Amino acid sequence: MADEVKTPVPPEGEGKPAAEKPQAPDKPAAPAVAKPTTAPDAKPAAPTAAKPAAPAKPAGPVPVPWESPMVEKLRRQYGSGLEAQTYLGQNYLRVDRSTIPNILKQLCDEEQFGYCVDVTAVHYPKRERQFDVIWILYSFAKNERMRVKTEIKDGESIPSSASIWPGTNWLEREVFDMFGIKFDGHPDMKRILLPDGWKGHPLRKDYGIIQQDQEWVQINLGIESGQ
Amino acid sequence: MNDPTLVSRLDLDTPEKTYLDANELILNMGPQHPATHGVLRVILRLDGEKVLGLECVIGYLHRGVEKIAEHRTYTMFNPYVDRMDYVAAVSNGLGYCEAVEKLLNIEAPARANYIRVILTELNRIASHQLWLGTHALDIGAMTPLFYTFRDREEILKIFEKYCGARLTTHAFRIGGCQYETYDGFEKDVKKFVAFVAPKIDEYEELLTTNRIWVERTKNVGTISAKDCIALGVTGPVLRASGVKWDLRKAQPYAVYKQFQFDVPTGQNGDTYDRYLVRMAEMRQSLRIIQQAVDGIPEGPIMAKVSKVMKPAIGEIYHSIEAPKGELGYFIVSDGSTQPYRVRVRPPSFVNLQALDLMCRGQLVADVIAVIGTLDIVLGEVDR
Repeated sequence: MADEVKTPVPPEGEGKPAAEKPQAPDKPAAPAVAKPTTAPDAKPAAPTAAKPAAPAKPAGPVPVPWESPMVEKLRRQYGSGLEAQTYLGQNYLRVDRSTIPNILKQLCDEEQFGYCVDVTAVHYPKRERQFDVIWILYSFAKNERMRVKTEIKDGESIPSSASIWPGTNWLEREVFDMFGIKFDGHPDMKRILLPDGWKGHPLRKDYGIIQQDQEWVQINLGIESGQ
Repeated sequence: MNDPTLVSRLDLDTPEKTYLDANELILNMGPQHPATHGVLRVILRLDGEKVLGLECVIGYLHRGVEKIAEHRTYTMFNPYVDRMDYVAAVSNGLGYCEAVEKLLNIEAPARANYIRVILTELNRIASHQLWLGTHALDIGAMTPLFYTFRDREEILKIFEKYCGARLTTHAFRIGGCQYETYDGFEKDVKKFVAFVAPKIDEYEELLTTNRIWVERTKNVGTISAKDCIALGVTGPVLRASGVKWDLRKAQPYAVYKQFQFDVPTGQNGDTYDRYLVRMAEMRQSLRIIQQAVDGIPEGPIMAKVSKVMKPAIGEIYHSIEAPKGELGYFIVSDGSTQPYRVRVRPPSFVNLQALDLMCRGQLVADVIAVIGTLDIVLGEVDR
C-alpha cells in the first residue's frame, strides 16, 4: 500500500455515464441530470457500495453546467476553452493555462472575488498534463465561492498570483514545496515546510509515504533514517 | 486589493527606505522560544529596537498530514485531523466530517448536529481561554493564566466524560457523533455556562482597563481590513479590523442557522481590539451553547452510512469557522475507499503570513504581543 500510485479511474462495471469524472468535458448534461444538492437518493446505498456491479444502485451526484451572467461574460472573452460546472452545489471553472493570470486578475478586480482562500494542486501521474492547479476564491460582496482549475505538464511553470492576492505568497510556496510546481514572478520561490536542501516533492503520487531524503537526514541530523 | 506597495512590503529584501545610520541588525528568535507558542523561528531585521521586517521559518512540526490522508480510508484519517490544531481538536473534526459528508451527499441527524454545536462552541471557549492565558503571560500579566486554566479545566472534564479524551477528542464520526451523550451531560453543560459567564467578567476586570495591558496592546500590530482580505486573514483578526464576517452566519453549517448570536467586531484592528473581540466571542459562544442545550432534540445520532465509504468521483471544498479563522478541507475522491487528495486550508498558516506586515515599525517586544494576538498553533501551521 505504501508506494501504491492511485489514479482516479471510474469504478468498473458501473454503466453510468453520469458518474463520469467532473473534468469530462463532453457530457456535462448527462441523461440523469438532477440538481446534485437536491438529489434525494444520491448517497451510495449502504451495502451495495462495496459491490460496484449492483444494478439497482442509484446514480451518484453529477456535475451540471453552471450558468450565470459572469460565466457568459468570461466565455465570450476566453472562448470555448472555458468550462463552467457545478458539482454538489459548488461552482468551478476549468480554464486553459494560457488564461492565467488574466482571468484571475479579472475575477479579483471585476467580479469582486477579492479573497483567495487557497491555492493547491493535485497530481494525476497517468495524465499527459499531470497537475491540476486550483484556486479557491471567495467574494465577500456576493457571499459566493468558486474554484478555478487549470492543467499543467510536469516541469511546466505557471504565473504567480501573488501580485493579485498577496496572501497567495505562502500558499504558492507550499504548492512548490509539495509538488515542485514553479510559479513565475513569485517574490520568493523557495520551500516553506520542508528544509531547503530536501530532495523530492512529497505530495507527488510517485513519492512513497515512508520515503525520505536519506542523505539530508544523515548530514543534518546525524542519524540513519531507519529505512 | 491590488496595491503593489503591499506586495513589496512583504518582500524582505527591499526595505521601504534606507537609514543614514543603517546599523541593521539581524536577530534570530526561536525556534525554541516560549513566546512563539511552539516551534516557530522568526528572523528579525532591526534598526535598534525597531523592526524593519521579519521572516518566518516554519515546518518544524511538519508531519505530512495530507500525504498520510492519501494512504488511509476516510474513517481512518479522522483522528489525524485532531492533531493539527490540538487546542481546538473538536473544530478540526467537525470540518473534516462535514466535508466528507458533503462529498457522500449525506447529512448528520439533528441531534448529532446539536451535540456537535455544543462541543464545538465549548472548544471555542477553551481555545480562547488558552489563548488569553498565554497571550497575557507573554505580555507580562501572569495572573490571567491561572484563572483561564482553572476554568478551561471544566470544559476538558466535560470532553473527558463525553469521549474519554481531553485534547485530541475524536468526538465526531462521519455521519454523526461517535457517542451518545452521557447521563447528566445537559446538566453539566448548563452548570458550566452558569459557572463561566461571571469568570469571563473576571478576566475582563483583570485586563480591560489595566493600564499596563492597554499600553502594551493599543495600536500594536495594527492591520487594516483591506490588508486582511488581501492576505486572506480570517477569524477574530479580520473581525477586529471591522469586517463583520463569520462563516457561521455567512454560510451556515451544522445547525447554526437556528441560533441567535451576534458577530462581535472591532474598529482599529489592533491587539487590544482583537482581545475585545475574542472576549465577546466567548460570551456569544455561551449564548449558542445555552440555546443548543435547551433545544437539543431526541433521535438518532448517526445517519445511515455504509461501513465502506466510497464517495462518487468528484471534489469538494468545505470550510467552517474554527476559533482561529476559516478552516477548510478540499477533498478529491477517485471513487475508492481512500481519498485521492486531502488539502487542509489552515487558518493559522495563512494568518501567520500577516505577521511581517503587522510588526513593521513596531518594537521587538511588540513582536511577542503580535504573535500572541494572531493566536497561531504551530501544529496547524506545519501540519
